[in-house]
Amino acid sequence: MSFIPNTDADRAQMLAAIGVDSVSDLFRDVPKEHLFPRLVLPSAVSEQEILAELDSLSRQNADPGRTPCFLGAGAYRHFIPSVVDFVLSRSEFYTAYTPYQPEISQGTLQAIFEYQSLIARLTGMEVSNASHYDGATATAEAVIMSLNVSQHQRKRVLLSAGVHPHYRAVVRTYTQGMGLDIHDDKDTEATIERLAVLCDSQTACVVVQCPDFFGRMVPPSTITALAQKVHACGALLVVAVNPVSLGLLVPPGELGADVVVGEGQALGNALSFGGPYLGFFAFRRDQIRRSSGRIAGETVDRAGTRGYVFTLSTREQHIRREKATSNICTNQSLNALAAAVYLVSLGPRGLQRVAELCWHKAHYAAERIAKLPGYTVDTAEFFHEFVIRCPRPAETINRRLFDQQGIIGGFDLGQEFPGKEHEMLLCCTEMNSRGEIDKLVEALEEAGNA
Amino acid sequence: MEYRFDEKARYAKTHEWVRVDGGEVVMGISDYAQNKLSDVVFVELPVTGTQLKGGTACMVIESVKAAEEVFAPVSGEVTGRNGKLEKTPELLNTDPFGEGWLVKLKLTDPKELDALMDAAAYRAYVATL
Repeated sequence: MSFIPNTDADRAQMLAAIGVDSVSDLFRDVPKEHLFPRLVLPSAVSEQEILAELDSLSRQNADPGRTPCFLGAGAYRHFIPSVVDFVLSRSEFYTAYTPYQPEISQGTLQAIFEYQSLIARLTGMEVSNASHYDGATATAEAVIMSLNVSQHQRKRVLLSAGVHPHYRAVVRTYTQGMGLDIHDDKDTEATIERLAVLCDSQTACVVVQCPDFFGRMVPPSTITALAQKVHACGALLVVAVNPVSLGLLVPPGELGADVVVGEGQALGNALSFGGPYLGFFAFRRDQIRRSSGRIAGETVDRAGTRGYVFTLSTREQHIRREKATSNICTNQSLNALAAAVYLVSLGPRGLQRVAELCWHKAHYAAERIAKLPGYTVDTAEFFHEFVIRCPRPAETINRRLFDQQGIIGGFDLGQEFPGKEHEMLLCCTEMNSRGEIDKLVEALEEAGNA
Repeated sequence: MEYRFDEKARYAKTHEWVRVDGGEVVMGISDYAQNKLSDVVFVELPVTGTQLKGGTACMVIESVKAAEEVFAPVSGEVTGRNGKLEKTPELLNTDPFGEGWLVKLKLTDPKELDALMDAAAYRAYVATL
Protein backbone atom coordinates (compact mmCIF):
# COMPACT_ATOMS: atom_id res chain seq x y z
CA MET A 1 0.00 0.00 0.00
CA SER A 2 1.30 3.41 -0.93
CA PHE A 3 1.33 6.09 1.71
CA ILE A 4 1.80 8.84 -0.85
CA PRO A 5 -1.68 10.28 -1.29
CA ASN A 6 -1.13 11.94 -4.69
CA THR A 7 -1.43 9.95 -7.89
CA ASP A 8 0.90 10.56 -10.86
CA ALA A 9 -1.97 12.37 -12.54
CA ASP A 10 -2.42 14.61 -9.46
CA ARG A 11 1.25 15.48 -9.53
CA ALA A 12 1.29 16.18 -13.25
CA GLN A 13 -1.64 18.54 -12.75
CA MET A 14 0.09 20.37 -9.91
CA LEU A 15 3.35 20.68 -11.88
CA ALA A 16 1.41 22.05 -14.86
CA ALA A 17 -0.35 24.59 -12.61
CA ILE A 18 2.95 26.04 -11.40
CA GLY A 19 4.61 25.72 -14.80
CA VAL A 20 7.42 23.21 -14.28
CA ASP A 21 8.06 19.94 -16.08
CA SER A 22 9.16 17.67 -13.27
CA VAL A 23 9.62 17.56 -9.50
CA SER A 24 13.41 17.74 -9.93
CA ASP A 25 12.95 21.11 -11.66
CA LEU A 26 11.88 22.47 -8.28
CA PHE A 27 15.43 21.91 -7.03
CA ARG A 28 17.14 23.52 -10.02
CA ASP A 29 18.54 26.34 -7.89
CA VAL A 30 20.49 23.98 -5.64
CA PRO A 31 24.09 23.69 -6.97
CA LYS A 32 24.77 20.20 -8.37
CA GLU A 33 27.56 19.38 -5.95
CA HIS A 34 25.23 20.05 -3.01
CA LEU A 35 22.22 18.19 -4.36
CA PHE A 36 23.46 14.70 -3.58
CA PRO A 37 26.72 15.29 -1.69
CA ARG A 38 28.88 12.30 -0.87
CA LEU A 39 28.57 11.74 2.87
CA VAL A 40 31.93 10.92 4.40
CA LEU A 41 30.87 8.78 7.33
CA PRO A 42 33.05 6.52 9.45
CA SER A 43 32.50 2.82 8.99
CA ALA A 44 29.79 1.15 11.02
CA VAL A 45 30.55 0.13 14.61
CA SER A 46 28.82 -2.23 17.01
CA GLU A 47 26.10 -1.16 19.43
CA GLN A 48 28.53 -1.67 22.32
CA GLU A 49 31.14 0.59 20.71
CA ILE A 50 28.67 3.34 19.87
CA LEU A 51 27.28 3.34 23.43
CA ALA A 52 30.82 3.70 24.78
CA GLU A 53 31.44 6.63 22.46
CA LEU A 54 28.17 8.38 23.35
CA ASP A 55 28.91 7.83 27.02
CA SER A 56 32.32 9.44 26.71
CA LEU A 57 30.73 12.40 24.88
CA SER A 58 28.09 12.82 27.60
CA ARG A 59 30.79 12.81 30.27
CA GLN A 60 32.09 16.06 28.81
CA ASN A 61 28.93 17.76 30.06
CA ALA A 62 28.85 19.24 33.54
CA ASP A 63 25.92 17.17 34.73
CA PRO A 64 24.07 18.95 37.53
CA GLY A 65 23.44 15.52 39.04
CA ARG A 66 27.15 15.25 39.79
CA THR A 67 28.24 18.91 39.85
CA PRO A 68 27.37 21.36 42.63
CA CYS A 69 24.96 23.80 40.97
CA PHE A 70 23.70 27.20 42.15
CA LEU A 71 22.03 28.21 38.93
CA GLY A 72 18.27 28.86 38.91
CA ALA A 73 16.77 31.85 37.10
CA GLY A 74 13.56 30.08 36.14
CA ALA A 75 14.61 26.40 35.95
CA TYR A 76 15.33 24.58 39.20
CA ARG A 77 17.08 21.43 40.27
CA HIS A 78 14.98 19.50 42.77
CA PHE A 79 14.90 15.94 43.95
CA ILE A 80 12.52 13.83 41.84
CA PRO A 81 11.12 10.78 43.64
CA SER A 82 11.45 7.52 41.65
CA VAL A 83 7.69 7.09 41.55
CA VAL A 84 7.46 10.05 39.12
CA ASP A 85 9.49 8.34 36.42
CA PHE A 86 7.81 5.03 37.15
CA VAL A 87 4.37 6.45 36.39
CA LEU A 88 5.59 8.52 33.43
CA SER A 89 7.26 5.58 31.75
CA ARG A 90 4.07 3.52 31.66
CA SER A 91 3.43 3.13 27.95
CA GLU A 92 -0.24 4.16 28.32
CA PHE A 93 1.01 7.63 29.21
CA TYR A 94 4.40 7.71 27.57
CA THR A 95 3.46 6.84 24.01
CA ALA A 96 0.08 8.49 23.66
CA TYR A 97 -0.17 11.61 21.58
CA THR A 98 -2.68 14.38 22.29
CA PRO A 99 -6.11 12.75 22.26
CA TYR A 100 -8.04 13.89 19.20
CA GLN A 101 -10.84 11.58 20.18
CA PRO A 102 -10.36 12.45 23.80
CA GLU A 103 -13.09 10.51 25.57
CA ILE A 104 -11.66 7.21 24.40
CA SER A 105 -8.57 7.96 26.56
CA GLN A 106 -10.19 8.06 30.00
CA GLY A 107 -6.85 7.52 31.78
CA THR A 108 -5.25 10.48 30.04
CA LEU A 109 -8.23 12.69 30.80
CA GLN A 110 -8.29 11.63 34.43
CA ALA A 111 -4.56 12.37 34.75
CA ILE A 112 -5.15 15.85 33.33
CA PHE A 113 -8.13 16.36 35.64
CA GLU A 114 -6.04 15.37 38.68
CA TYR A 115 -3.25 17.74 37.58
CA GLN A 116 -5.77 20.59 37.19
CA SER A 117 -7.23 19.91 40.64
CA LEU A 118 -3.77 20.00 42.22
CA ILE A 119 -2.77 23.23 40.45
CA ALA A 120 -6.05 24.92 41.40
CA ARG A 121 -5.51 23.97 45.04
CA LEU A 122 -1.84 24.98 45.04
CA THR A 123 -2.50 28.41 43.51
CA GLY A 124 -5.74 29.06 45.41
CA MET A 125 -7.72 29.42 42.18
CA GLU A 126 -11.00 27.88 41.01
CA VAL A 127 -10.00 26.49 37.61
CA SER A 128 -6.80 25.28 35.95
CA ASN A 129 -6.33 24.36 32.33
CA ALA A 130 -4.48 21.28 31.13
CA SER A 131 -1.19 23.30 30.91
CA HIS A 132 0.70 25.35 28.36
CA TYR A 133 4.20 24.91 26.92
CA ASP A 134 6.14 26.68 29.69
CA GLY A 135 6.01 29.57 32.13
CA ALA A 136 6.65 32.07 29.34
CA THR A 137 3.79 30.92 27.09
CA ALA A 138 1.43 30.62 30.07
CA THR A 139 2.20 34.26 30.93
CA ALA A 140 1.57 35.33 27.33
CA GLU A 141 -1.74 33.42 27.29
CA ALA A 142 -2.76 35.21 30.50
CA VAL A 143 -2.15 38.55 28.77
CA ILE A 144 -4.23 37.42 25.77
CA MET A 145 -6.99 36.22 28.11
CA SER A 146 -7.13 39.68 29.68
CA LEU A 147 -7.52 41.19 26.19
CA ASN A 148 -10.41 38.75 25.58
CA VAL A 149 -12.02 39.77 28.86
CA SER A 150 -11.92 43.41 27.77
CA GLN A 151 -13.30 42.29 24.37
CA HIS A 152 -10.19 43.89 22.89
CA GLN A 153 -11.32 47.34 23.98
CA ARG A 154 -8.23 47.77 26.19
CA LYS A 155 -4.76 47.86 24.71
CA ARG A 156 -2.46 48.58 27.64
CA VAL A 157 -0.48 45.86 29.41
CA LEU A 158 1.58 46.69 32.47
CA LEU A 159 4.43 44.26 32.79
CA SER A 160 6.59 44.43 35.91
CA ALA A 161 10.35 44.41 35.35
CA GLY A 162 10.42 41.68 37.99
CA VAL A 163 8.82 39.25 35.53
CA HIS A 164 11.33 36.80 34.00
CA PRO A 165 12.94 38.51 30.97
CA HIS A 166 12.15 35.49 28.77
CA TYR A 167 8.48 35.61 29.77
CA ARG A 168 8.38 39.30 28.88
CA ALA A 169 10.01 38.59 25.51
CA VAL A 170 7.46 35.87 24.75
CA VAL A 171 4.56 38.15 25.75
CA ARG A 172 5.83 40.59 23.12
CA THR A 173 6.26 37.86 20.50
CA TYR A 174 2.79 36.39 21.10
CA THR A 175 1.05 39.75 20.97
CA GLN A 176 2.93 41.40 18.12
CA GLY A 177 0.61 42.96 15.59
CA MET A 178 -2.17 43.43 18.15
CA GLY A 179 -1.30 47.10 18.60
CA LEU A 180 -0.69 46.77 22.33
CA ASP A 181 0.98 49.28 24.56
CA ILE A 182 3.17 47.05 26.71
CA HIS A 183 5.13 48.99 29.21
CA ASP A 184 6.95 49.61 32.42
CA ASP A 185 9.20 46.60 32.24
CA LYS A 186 12.53 48.36 31.90
CA ASP A 187 13.18 49.82 35.34
CA THR A 188 14.18 46.92 37.58
CA GLU A 189 13.95 49.15 40.66
CA ALA A 190 10.33 50.17 39.96
CA THR A 191 8.00 49.10 42.74
CA ILE A 192 4.64 47.36 42.68
CA GLU A 193 3.14 50.56 44.09
CA ARG A 194 4.29 52.37 40.94
CA LEU A 195 2.54 49.80 38.75
CA ALA A 196 -0.62 50.36 40.75
CA VAL A 197 -0.44 54.08 40.01
CA LEU A 198 -0.02 53.46 36.25
CA CYS A 199 -3.07 51.16 36.04
CA ASP A 200 -6.01 52.94 34.37
CA SER A 201 -9.23 52.35 32.44
CA GLN A 202 -7.25 51.45 29.29
CA THR A 203 -5.25 48.75 31.09
CA ALA A 204 -6.19 45.15 30.27
CA CYS A 205 -3.92 43.57 32.85
CA VAL A 206 -1.06 44.02 35.26
CA VAL A 207 1.51 41.22 35.36
CA VAL A 208 3.79 40.70 38.35
CA GLN A 209 6.00 37.83 39.47
CA CYS A 210 6.38 36.67 43.06
CA PRO A 211 9.04 35.85 44.07
CA ASP A 212 10.27 38.00 41.21
CA PHE A 213 13.05 37.15 38.76
CA PHE A 214 15.62 38.55 41.24
CA GLY A 215 14.28 36.28 43.98
CA ARG A 216 12.63 39.14 45.89
CA MET A 217 9.40 38.37 47.69
CA VAL A 218 6.45 40.72 47.54
CA PRO A 219 4.53 41.13 50.83
CA PRO A 220 0.98 39.67 50.62
CA SER A 221 -0.49 43.04 51.64
CA THR A 222 1.19 44.69 48.62
CA ILE A 223 -0.36 42.14 46.26
CA THR A 224 -3.78 42.59 47.89
CA ALA A 225 -3.56 46.38 47.55
CA LEU A 226 -2.46 46.03 43.92
CA ALA A 227 -5.38 43.66 43.23
CA GLN A 228 -7.85 46.19 44.64
CA LYS A 229 -6.46 48.97 42.45
CA VAL A 230 -6.38 46.74 39.35
CA HIS A 231 -9.96 45.60 39.90
CA ALA A 232 -11.13 49.17 40.47
CA CYS A 233 -9.80 49.90 36.97
CA GLY A 234 -11.65 46.88 35.57
CA ALA A 235 -8.40 45.12 34.69
CA LEU A 236 -7.04 41.68 35.59
CA LEU A 237 -4.14 40.90 37.89
CA VAL A 238 -1.84 38.19 36.57
CA VAL A 239 0.65 36.73 39.05
CA ALA A 240 3.51 34.46 37.99
CA VAL A 241 4.78 32.24 40.78
CA ASN A 242 7.33 29.57 41.52
CA PRO A 243 5.09 26.64 42.49
CA VAL A 244 7.57 25.28 45.05
CA SER A 245 7.48 28.61 46.91
CA LEU A 246 3.75 28.00 47.47
CA GLY A 247 4.76 25.33 49.97
CA LEU A 248 5.49 28.30 52.25
CA LEU A 249 3.86 31.41 50.78
CA VAL A 250 0.22 32.50 50.65
CA PRO A 251 -1.18 31.45 47.24
CA PRO A 252 -1.94 34.41 44.92
CA GLY A 253 -5.55 33.21 44.64
CA GLU A 254 -6.06 34.28 48.24
CA LEU A 255 -4.59 37.71 47.50
CA GLY A 256 -6.94 38.70 44.70
CA ALA A 257 -5.08 37.44 41.61
CA ASP A 258 -7.31 36.76 38.57
CA VAL A 259 -4.85 34.53 36.74
CA VAL A 260 -1.97 32.61 38.31
CA VAL A 261 0.68 31.26 35.96
CA GLY A 262 4.19 29.93 36.16
CA GLU A 263 6.81 27.45 35.16
CA GLY A 264 5.89 24.00 36.44
CA GLN A 265 9.27 22.38 35.75
CA ALA A 266 10.27 22.54 39.42
CA LEU A 267 7.47 20.06 40.16
CA GLY A 268 8.99 16.70 39.29
CA ASN A 269 10.50 17.61 35.91
CA ALA A 270 14.22 17.34 35.18
CA LEU A 271 16.23 20.34 33.93
CA SER A 272 16.78 18.53 30.57
CA PHE A 273 18.70 21.33 28.82
CA GLY A 274 15.72 23.69 29.12
CA GLY A 275 12.75 21.57 28.09
CA PRO A 276 10.22 20.21 27.58
CA TYR A 277 8.68 22.00 30.54
CA LEU A 278 5.10 22.95 31.36
CA GLY A 279 3.31 26.20 32.02
CA PHE A 280 0.55 26.10 34.58
CA PHE A 281 -2.42 28.40 34.14
CA ALA A 282 -5.13 28.88 36.77
CA PHE A 283 -7.94 31.40 36.94
CA ARG A 284 -11.35 32.30 38.30
CA ARG A 285 -14.49 30.49 37.22
CA ASP A 286 -16.34 33.60 36.02
CA GLN A 287 -13.75 34.08 33.23
CA ILE A 288 -13.74 30.46 32.10
CA ARG A 289 -15.21 31.31 28.66
CA ARG A 290 -12.34 33.67 27.95
CA SER A 291 -9.60 31.33 29.10
CA SER A 292 -7.06 29.52 26.94
CA GLY A 293 -6.03 25.90 26.56
CA ARG A 294 -7.74 22.59 27.04
CA ILE A 295 -9.79 21.82 30.14
CA ALA A 296 -10.66 18.32 31.32
CA GLY A 297 -13.89 18.01 33.28
CA GLU A 298 -15.48 15.34 35.42
CA THR A 299 -18.98 14.16 34.61
CA VAL A 300 -21.15 11.03 34.62
CA ASP A 301 -22.11 8.82 31.71
CA ARG A 302 -25.71 7.74 31.05
CA ALA A 303 -25.35 4.91 33.55
CA GLY A 304 -24.32 7.42 36.21
CA THR A 305 -20.69 6.26 36.29
CA ARG A 306 -17.94 8.82 36.73
CA GLY A 307 -16.15 9.78 33.53
CA TYR A 308 -13.95 12.52 32.13
CA VAL A 309 -14.34 14.79 29.08
CA PHE A 310 -12.63 17.69 27.43
CA THR A 311 -15.02 20.50 28.15
CA LEU A 312 -15.64 24.08 26.95
CA SER A 313 -14.04 23.21 23.62
CA THR A 314 -16.02 25.90 21.82
CA ARG A 315 -13.34 28.35 23.02
CA GLU A 316 -10.71 26.45 21.05
CA GLN A 317 -9.42 26.96 17.56
CA HIS A 318 -10.54 23.65 16.07
CA ILE A 319 -14.11 24.93 16.57
CA ARG A 320 -13.87 28.71 16.79
CA ARG A 321 -11.11 29.14 14.21
CA GLU A 322 -9.70 32.67 14.14
CA LYS A 323 -12.01 33.79 16.95
CA ALA A 324 -10.59 31.22 19.38
CA THR A 325 -9.41 32.45 22.78
CA SER A 326 -5.94 31.10 22.00
CA ASN A 327 -3.97 29.62 19.14
CA ILE A 328 -2.94 26.71 21.30
CA CYS A 329 -5.17 23.69 21.77
CA THR A 330 -2.66 21.22 23.07
CA ASN A 331 -0.90 20.79 26.39
CA GLN A 332 2.24 19.33 27.97
CA SER A 333 0.50 16.22 29.22
CA LEU A 334 3.46 14.09 30.22
CA ASN A 335 5.14 17.00 32.02
CA ALA A 336 1.85 17.87 33.71
CA LEU A 337 1.53 14.26 34.78
CA ALA A 338 5.04 14.45 36.28
CA ALA A 339 3.95 17.54 38.22
CA ALA A 340 0.81 15.77 39.43
CA VAL A 341 2.66 12.64 40.56
CA TYR A 342 5.31 14.80 42.24
CA LEU A 343 2.73 16.83 44.17
CA VAL A 344 0.76 13.74 45.18
CA SER A 345 3.85 11.84 46.32
CA LEU A 346 5.06 14.78 48.43
CA GLY A 347 1.72 15.87 49.78
CA PRO A 348 1.13 19.36 51.26
CA ARG A 349 3.53 18.70 54.14
CA GLY A 350 6.24 17.37 51.84
CA LEU A 351 6.04 20.40 49.57
CA GLN A 352 6.24 22.66 52.60
CA ARG A 353 9.33 20.76 53.75
CA VAL A 354 11.01 21.18 50.33
CA ALA A 355 10.23 24.91 50.40
CA GLU A 356 11.60 25.22 53.94
CA LEU A 357 14.82 23.46 52.98
CA CYS A 358 15.24 25.76 49.96
CA TRP A 359 14.62 28.82 52.13
CA HIS A 360 17.02 27.80 54.89
CA LYS A 361 19.84 26.74 52.58
CA ALA A 362 19.59 29.90 50.48
CA HIS A 363 19.55 32.07 53.60
CA TYR A 364 22.53 30.23 55.05
CA ALA A 365 24.45 30.83 51.80
CA ALA A 366 23.43 34.51 51.65
CA GLU A 367 24.45 35.09 55.25
CA ARG A 368 27.93 33.63 54.67
CA ILE A 369 28.48 35.40 51.33
CA ALA A 370 27.49 38.75 52.86
CA LYS A 371 30.50 38.44 55.17
CA LEU A 372 32.97 37.95 52.32
CA PRO A 373 35.20 40.92 51.53
CA GLY A 374 34.17 42.63 48.29
CA TYR A 375 30.75 40.95 48.10
CA THR A 376 27.38 42.43 49.00
CA VAL A 377 24.03 40.66 49.14
CA ASP A 378 20.74 42.29 48.13
CA THR A 379 18.87 43.04 51.36
CA ALA A 380 15.35 42.33 50.03
CA GLU A 381 13.37 39.44 51.53
CA PHE A 382 13.82 36.38 49.32
CA PHE A 383 12.76 32.77 48.95
CA HIS A 384 15.53 30.59 47.50
CA GLU A 385 17.27 32.96 45.09
CA PHE A 386 19.15 36.18 45.80
CA VAL A 387 21.33 38.71 44.05
CA ILE A 388 24.95 39.19 45.05
CA ARG A 389 27.25 41.95 43.86
CA CYS A 390 30.72 40.64 43.08
CA PRO A 391 34.11 42.39 43.24
CA ARG A 392 34.75 41.24 39.64
CA PRO A 393 32.41 40.62 36.68
CA ALA A 394 30.06 37.70 37.35
CA GLU A 395 31.24 36.05 34.14
CA THR A 396 34.84 36.00 35.42
CA ILE A 397 33.77 34.68 38.82
CA ASN A 398 31.63 31.93 37.24
CA ARG A 399 34.45 30.86 34.94
CA ARG A 400 36.79 30.55 37.91
CA LEU A 401 34.24 28.69 40.04
CA PHE A 402 33.79 26.14 37.30
CA ASP A 403 37.41 25.76 36.12
CA GLN A 404 39.03 25.73 39.56
CA GLN A 405 36.35 24.13 41.75
CA GLY A 406 33.94 22.37 39.40
CA ILE A 407 31.04 24.47 40.68
CA ILE A 408 28.23 25.76 38.45
CA GLY A 409 27.77 29.31 39.72
CA GLY A 410 24.79 31.64 39.53
CA PHE A 411 23.08 33.48 36.70
CA ASP A 412 25.17 36.34 35.32
CA LEU A 413 22.63 39.19 35.34
CA GLY A 414 24.72 41.14 32.82
CA GLN A 415 23.46 38.69 30.18
CA GLU A 416 19.96 40.15 30.40
CA PHE A 417 20.46 43.50 32.13
CA PRO A 418 23.18 45.82 30.80
CA GLY A 419 24.91 47.49 33.73
CA LYS A 420 24.49 44.48 36.02
CA GLU A 421 27.69 42.75 34.87
CA HIS A 422 28.94 42.50 38.46
CA GLU A 423 25.72 40.95 39.72
CA MET A 424 24.90 37.29 40.04
CA LEU A 425 21.63 35.54 40.89
CA LEU A 426 22.34 32.56 43.13
CA CYS A 427 19.89 29.78 43.92
CA CYS A 428 19.88 27.04 46.56
CA THR A 429 17.47 24.12 46.68
CA GLU A 430 17.25 21.03 48.88
CA MET A 431 19.79 19.48 46.49
CA ASN A 432 22.63 21.72 47.75
CA SER A 433 24.31 20.17 50.78
CA ARG A 434 25.83 22.35 53.48
CA GLY A 435 29.24 21.09 52.36
CA GLU A 436 28.54 22.31 48.81
CA ILE A 437 27.45 25.71 50.07
CA ASP A 438 30.57 26.06 52.24
CA LYS A 439 32.68 25.11 49.23
CA LEU A 440 30.89 27.75 47.13
CA VAL A 441 31.57 30.43 49.74
CA GLU A 442 35.26 29.57 49.84
CA ALA A 443 35.44 29.47 46.05
CA LEU A 444 33.73 32.87 45.80
CA GLU A 445 36.22 34.34 48.25
CA GLU A 446 39.12 32.91 46.28
CA ALA A 447 37.65 34.03 42.93
CA GLY A 448 37.07 37.53 44.29
CA ASN A 449 40.69 37.88 45.36
CA ALA A 450 42.33 36.25 42.37
CA MET B 1 -41.09 21.18 12.88
CA GLU B 2 -43.20 24.12 14.06
CA TYR B 3 -41.21 27.28 14.72
CA ARG B 4 -42.25 30.43 16.51
CA PHE B 5 -42.25 33.72 14.61
CA ASP B 6 -42.67 37.28 15.79
CA GLU B 7 -45.11 38.99 13.45
CA LYS B 8 -43.75 42.45 14.28
CA ALA B 9 -40.09 41.64 13.56
CA ARG B 10 -38.16 41.79 10.29
CA TYR B 11 -35.72 39.04 9.40
CA ALA B 12 -32.39 38.46 7.66
CA LYS B 13 -31.56 35.32 5.66
CA THR B 14 -28.91 34.59 8.29
CA HIS B 15 -31.78 34.21 10.85
CA GLU B 16 -31.43 37.37 12.91
CA TRP B 17 -34.43 39.62 13.59
CA VAL B 18 -34.84 43.35 14.22
CA ARG B 19 -37.92 44.91 15.78
CA VAL B 20 -38.84 48.54 16.16
CA ASP B 21 -40.57 48.85 19.55
CA GLY B 22 -41.70 52.44 19.91
CA GLY B 23 -38.45 54.40 19.84
CA GLU B 24 -36.28 51.33 20.41
CA VAL B 25 -34.71 49.00 17.90
CA VAL B 26 -34.05 45.52 19.30
CA MET B 27 -32.17 42.68 17.68
CA GLY B 28 -32.03 38.93 18.32
CA ILE B 29 -31.92 35.54 16.63
CA SER B 30 -34.96 33.61 15.41
CA ASP B 31 -36.56 30.55 16.95
CA TYR B 32 -35.32 28.58 13.94
CA ALA B 33 -31.73 29.73 14.67
CA GLN B 34 -31.85 28.86 18.38
CA ASN B 35 -33.30 25.47 17.50
CA LYS B 36 -30.45 24.72 15.11
CA LEU B 37 -27.85 25.90 17.61
CA SER B 38 -29.30 23.71 20.40
CA ASP B 39 -28.51 24.62 24.03
CA VAL B 40 -26.79 28.00 24.16
CA VAL B 41 -24.06 28.19 26.80
CA PHE B 42 -22.39 31.53 26.15
CA VAL B 43 -23.03 34.77 24.29
CA GLU B 44 -20.32 37.33 23.78
CA LEU B 45 -22.21 40.59 23.20
CA PRO B 46 -20.49 43.57 21.56
CA VAL B 47 -19.72 46.43 23.94
CA THR B 48 -22.00 49.47 24.04
CA GLY B 49 -20.96 52.07 21.49
CA THR B 50 -19.76 49.52 18.92
CA GLN B 51 -20.74 50.40 15.34
CA LEU B 52 -22.28 47.38 13.64
CA LYS B 53 -22.18 47.08 9.89
CA GLY B 54 -25.16 45.37 8.26
CA GLY B 55 -24.34 41.91 6.92
CA THR B 56 -21.12 41.46 8.89
CA ALA B 57 -20.37 39.30 11.92
CA CYS B 58 -20.89 41.18 15.18
CA MET B 59 -20.84 38.54 17.94
CA VAL B 60 -20.45 34.85 18.66
CA ILE B 61 -22.95 32.49 20.25
CA GLU B 62 -21.64 29.26 21.71
CA SER B 63 -23.86 26.25 22.09
CA VAL B 64 -23.05 22.80 23.37
CA LYS B 65 -22.22 21.76 19.83
CA ALA B 66 -20.87 24.82 18.01
CA ALA B 67 -19.72 28.40 18.08
CA GLU B 68 -21.63 30.46 15.51
CA GLU B 69 -21.28 34.01 14.36
CA VAL B 70 -24.24 36.35 14.47
CA PHE B 71 -24.56 38.85 11.62
CA ALA B 72 -25.90 42.34 12.08
CA PRO B 73 -29.09 42.49 10.00
CA VAL B 74 -28.75 46.28 9.72
CA SER B 75 -26.10 48.91 10.45
CA GLY B 76 -26.21 50.80 13.72
CA GLU B 77 -24.64 51.67 17.03
CA VAL B 78 -25.06 49.35 20.03
CA THR B 79 -26.98 51.31 22.68
CA GLY B 80 -27.90 48.48 25.01
CA ARG B 81 -27.01 44.82 25.71
CA ASN B 82 -29.04 42.09 27.35
CA GLY B 83 -26.99 41.61 30.53
CA LYS B 84 -29.24 38.73 31.63
CA LEU B 85 -27.62 36.50 28.99
CA GLU B 86 -24.36 36.52 30.92
CA LYS B 87 -25.80 34.38 33.71
CA THR B 88 -28.73 32.82 31.84
CA PRO B 89 -27.78 32.30 28.17
CA GLU B 90 -30.57 29.69 27.92
CA LEU B 91 -33.03 32.60 27.58
CA LEU B 92 -31.98 32.53 23.94
CA ASN B 93 -33.51 29.07 23.66
CA THR B 94 -36.62 29.59 25.76
CA ASP B 95 -37.65 33.05 24.58
CA PRO B 96 -35.70 34.15 21.49
CA PHE B 97 -38.08 37.00 20.62
CA GLY B 98 -38.57 38.22 24.19
CA GLU B 99 -36.20 37.83 27.13
CA GLY B 100 -33.56 36.35 24.85
CA TRP B 101 -32.98 39.57 22.88
CA LEU B 102 -29.31 40.41 22.19
CA VAL B 103 -28.69 44.15 21.73
CA LYS B 104 -30.49 47.44 21.20
CA LEU B 105 -29.44 49.56 18.25
CA LYS B 106 -29.54 53.12 17.01
CA LEU B 107 -30.05 52.64 13.27
CA THR B 108 -27.66 54.29 10.84
CA ASP B 109 -30.27 54.26 8.07
CA PRO B 110 -33.86 53.12 8.83
CA LYS B 111 -34.32 52.38 5.10
CA GLU B 112 -32.11 49.30 5.57
CA LEU B 113 -35.09 47.69 7.32
CA ASP B 114 -36.95 47.58 4.03
CA ALA B 115 -34.40 45.13 2.62
CA LEU B 116 -35.26 42.58 5.34
CA MET B 117 -38.05 39.99 5.15
CA ASP B 118 -41.32 40.40 7.04
CA ALA B 119 -42.61 37.50 9.15
CA ALA B 120 -44.63 36.00 6.30
CA ALA B 121 -41.70 36.05 3.88
CA TYR B 122 -39.34 34.62 6.52
CA ARG B 123 -41.83 31.88 7.43
CA ALA B 124 -41.97 30.92 3.77
CA TYR B 125 -38.16 31.04 3.57
CA VAL B 126 -37.71 28.77 6.60
CA ALA B 127 -40.18 26.31 5.09
CA THR B 128 -37.80 25.86 2.14
CA LEU B 129 -34.82 24.96 4.35
